[in-house]
Order: sequence, then C-alpha cells, then structure tokens
Amino acid sequence: MDFSFTQEQELLQKGVREFAEKVVAPRVQEMEETKNAPVDIYKAMGQNGFFAVDIPKKYGGLEMGALARVIILEEISRVSAAVGMATQVFYLGIAPFLEAASEEQKQKYLPSLAKGEKLATVAVTEASGGSDPTGIVTEAKKEGDNYILNGRKIFITNSHEADIITVVARTSQDPLQFSAFIVEKGMPGFKPGRKENKMGFHGCTTGELIFENCIVPVENLIGKEGDGLKIALKAISETGRCGMAGVALGILESCLEEAVKFANERILGGKPISVHQAIQARIADIRIALESSRLLTYRAAWLKEKGMRCDVEFAIAKYYSTEAAVQCAKKTVDIYGGYGVMMEFAAQRLYRDAQLLIPSAGTSDIQMIVIARDSLKKGKK
Amino acid sequence: MKPLHIIVCVKPVPDFRSPVEFDQKTKTVKRGNVATVINPLDKNALEAALQLKESFGGKVTALSMAPPFAESVLREVLAFGADEAFLLSDPAFAGSDTLATAYVLAQGVKKIRDFDLVITGAASTDGNTAQVGPQVAEHLGLPHASFVTQVKRHSEHSLELTLKTEEGTILAEIDLPALITVSREINEPRTLGLFGIAAAAAKPLHILGSSDLEVDPERVGEKGSPTRIADIREVSFARKSELHEGTPEAISLLVKKFREWGVI
Repeated sequence: MDFSFTQEQELLQKGVREFAEKVVAPRVQEMEETKNAPVDIYKAMGQNGFFAVDIPKKYGGLEMGALARVIILEEISRVSAAVGMATQVFYLGIAPFLEAASEEQKQKYLPSLAKGEKLATVAVTEASGGSDPTGIVTEAKKEGDNYILNGRKIFITNSHEADIITVVARTSQDPLQFSAFIVEKGMPGFKPGRKENKMGFHGCTTGELIFENCIVPVENLIGKEGDGLKIALKAISETGRCGMAGVALGILESCLEEAVKFANERILGGKPISVHQAIQARIADIRIALESSRLLTYRAAWLKEKGMRCDVEFAIAKYYSTEAAVQCAKKTVDIYGGYGVMMEFAAQRLYRDAQLLIPSAGTSDIQMIVIARDSLKKGKK
Repeated sequence: MKPLHIIVCVKPVPDFRSPVEFDQKTKTVKRGNVATVINPLDKNALEAALQLKESFGGKVTALSMAPPFAESVLREVLAFGADEAFLLSDPAFAGSDTLATAYVLAQGVKKIRDFDLVITGAASTDGNTAQVGPQVAEHLGLPHASFVTQVKRHSEHSLELTLKTEEGTILAEIDLPALITVSREINEPRTLGLFGIAAAAAKPLHILGSSDLEVDPERVGEKGSPTRIADIREVSFARKSELHEGTPEAISLLVKKFREWGVI
C-alpha cells in the first residue's frame, strides 16, 4: 500500500490551501453575517479548474480522480465548511452526467460545467420524503416531445446558484419508478423558491425548487424512464457521501488547529491550559478522529478511482467522519471554555457547521442501514 | 510588439511561517523538517513575467540553482504558467555564496540563450542580500534595475520602469535585453489553478550539472565563494519594559519630557 500523494496531488493540496486562505478566508465573516452565497468565489473556483477535477479530458476536464476531489473539499472546508459544502454539491450535480448521461448530453453540458461557467446540483428530496423515495410526488408527464414537470423539491443545496439541475420525478404509477431529467435555469415553469434559514453553513444556499408545468424536452431525460432513482442514488452514495466526508475532514482539521492554538495560548494559573491532561485528552481524541476519518475516506476514494465497489465504504467514511466532526467540534468548544460560545471565535462556527453534515447525503441512521444490510448479507453467505 | 522570451530566476527557500532553527556549525538554516517554498518575491517576478507574456506573447523560462529536491518547486513554477524550467544542480555548486551563485545562474542564462528579459525577486527571505540579481546582470553584461514596482512595455526594444528607492521613486527606461529585480508592490501573484497543475507534468524540466554548463570549477561552490559568515543568530523582538511607580504629577512630568524629546 502506498499512502503518499503524487507530486500532482501535493501541488493540488498546496494550491487549494493557498486559494482557500487568500480568497475564501477573508469572506467567512461576511458569509456568517449575510448568509449570502459567494457566487464570485464559485466563479473563481471554476476558472481555476476546481469543478473540472473529475471530468474526462475530452470534455475539458482534468481527470484527476476522486482523491483529488477529496483533497479539494478538505482544504476548502478547513477554511469554510459552507463553501466546501457548496463545492461538494456542485460535484454531486456533475456526477449524473459522468455516470449516466448520453454522449450528446455529455458533450452539451460537461465543457461548461468543467469551466464552472455553469453550476450544477441534484434535486431528490421533497417535503414528503427524501431518504424514503416513495414520498417523492413530483411527476413528469410525457406530452409530445416534452415532459411536463409538476412538484416542489426542498432542502436543495445550491438551489439558487445552480444552472443545471438533475431532477428526480415520477413517470409511472409504480411507487418506485422514477426518471431523472436535466432542468436548466430559465426553463419555462421552473423557479427557485424560498431559502432555508439554517443553524450553520452560512453562505451555502439551501432552498426550494418549484416546477409548475415546467417544460423539459425529451432529450433531457437521463438514461431511460425508470432509471431515475438508480442514477440519483449512485451519485449520492459514491459522490455525495464522499463529498460529505471531505467536508468533515476539513472541519476536523480546523478543530485540531483551533484547539491546539487556543490550548497553547490560553494561560490560566500561570500556565498554558495545554499542560492539563483533560485538554490533552481532547486534543488527542481530535487527532485520532481526523487521522482515522482520513484513512477511511481516502481509501474509499481510492476504490472509486480503481472502479471497484465503494458504496458501503463511502457510507462508513461518511458516518464516521461526520459523527467525529460533531464530537470534535464539541470538544473544541469545550477547550475554549467561555470563549467557545463567543461569535468572535471560529469554535462556535465549527460546532454549528458540523451538525449540518449529518442530514446531508443520508443521515447517520441511513448510513447504518446501508452498512448493516451489507454486513448481514455477507454473513449469510 | 514582438513576443518576449523572459527568464525568471527562482530560489527555493525554507518556509519561514514554520519555526526555523539554525546550524551554528555550518552557519546555515537547518533544512530538516522545514518545508521548501518559492521565495515570495520570486513569485512576484514570475507573476510579472506571466503578465508580460499574456500581453505580448512569448515564453517564460524558469531558472534555479539548487539541490535536486528543488525539482518540486520548479514543477510548481510550471504549474503557475511557466513554459519550461532549468534546474542547475551539482554537488560542486554546494556552499556557493551570492557571487558564485550569480556566476552559475549567468552560465545557465547563456545556456538557455535568446532571451529578452531576466526577472528575479529583489531579495530572498533567507539570505536577503539583494545581490544575486544585479550580479547575474553584471556577469552577462546586461543593463539592470533593482526594486522595480512597475513595468510597462515602452517600445519594441525597451521597457518603462518605476523603481522604489529610499528617497522616493525613479522613472526609468531600460533597453532590452535587460535584467530587473522586482519588489512586492509590483503585483499580487496569482494562486495555483488546477488546469495549470495538470499541465505542469508534461512541461519540460531540465536538470543540468556543471558538465552541462561552461563553468570554471574555481568559481563555483565554496572555492568560488569569498563570503564568510561570521555569525548567525535569532533576533528576539520582545519589547523591553520597565515598571516604575510614582505620583500622578511625576508621571505627567515624565510624559511631558518624553514629548519634548520626541520619544512619544
């Protein structure tokens, strides 16, 4: 096993860290206060090739692989989990094009997605269900050369910034029959709705998408009718969960840095608090959580790059790293004592952001179902 | 305007954002666990070269004299947008002072040939002598200007420069080919982009030793270096403070005196 980065991956890490510190960091406070998505940062990321990382070269991409994607998310999220989350969902939006779109669709959409001229997302969840797909009621009726979409999607990341959205809708009476459609901003009958007010990820939009007799040409169907859920689930389980783990790594790294800095600087009773075992134990816990989350996530990304099965590995990485981020953010806040709850310090932001990792791309309970199902199936053999 | 072939000299230096220790025996920085980065002002030099290339077309070639580990630094320079890189690396070059380093770099420039402009950072964060740029120019017989804060194309064969001096600024015109060293104020270096990183792997990076260059062995390494470092030490910037007690009257008198003396 080789655990070292390639020269390209090392440069990538360095470059993204520099971008995050120079371009993203000065904007974090503003995002916290206004909760506005920094669209100019997304554009700059696009120009710098951040969204091209996983796209094949023939569509203007870089073909750097899933691990490169994790490195980007980790470095961006170390500075801003909100921008990291937005980035991870742009990747999620690109995934159906990589995994299931036709050659014509790839040629039409991937080059502008690679340059970040167009931003993407995926819309599955509705008020009546997300993890339970039978709750999806948005329907698509075929009329001539078009599908007519009606329904509402909620909790959609990048809802207001995405230009290209993969929408899952019912195309049959069968409760588990769905299809995936490419909906573009500006299509008649489509508009973003309300923006949610969240406890964390300020600067990353979560909102509603409204389809009222939205006319989608038949060539915008991805795959065949009935493939919708399979396409969305593959994107969520292999790209979305990978992304959530990447964002969690950034938060964990930030927890470690903030905790160490404060523990060394804070003097109580004439000594830095880092001399106390109770503080040291928390710092050791955060370090252990970071390193183990990294190993799980990098390995799952490596499996994805090798074209091997990786859905359960990503479920494990997602579960472990996001739960670890929540616990470690709490430990970081604890180390800060009273300062931990003050808005001037990053600790409270990490604490609020970490919890938002849990519901996205399947809650921890859903990950446990995936992991348990696979383990029980293996036990039967 | 004709395209420009610009050579940028780049020095790998220890990353001084992390704690650095000195080796008192060799009077050098302990490179052990310290990361190596591009000398910050050389990033400005590279940025200036890339901007000129973007305006007038041409080519940017990076040049460095350093141990083999500097290959990764040059790969980074290629990722920023340089087209080709030359690393001058040879055990014989070890221990070179500014004079010997400038000589080797000048021989490197001669090897690359057909250039219009050489740009270097005004100084490095480790040595901070600001000597190498002008010395390279003298070795090559080129006109040179240091601490440039602005560069414009004046004509087909000349540049218009703004130079920072302790007294003020100088507006100058310089004929090409020339060498300039740049200050931090000249530009804001770009960040590494992924397209550049992906392209860097395929760009030519040549490693040349003393046998590839026409160098006089007496003029390189320790032999060719008249400089002797007498001492190396860490300077502490801790403020000195003394605590005195006194009546309010005495304190105001003291403050008044301080004001008169121009201390505060």
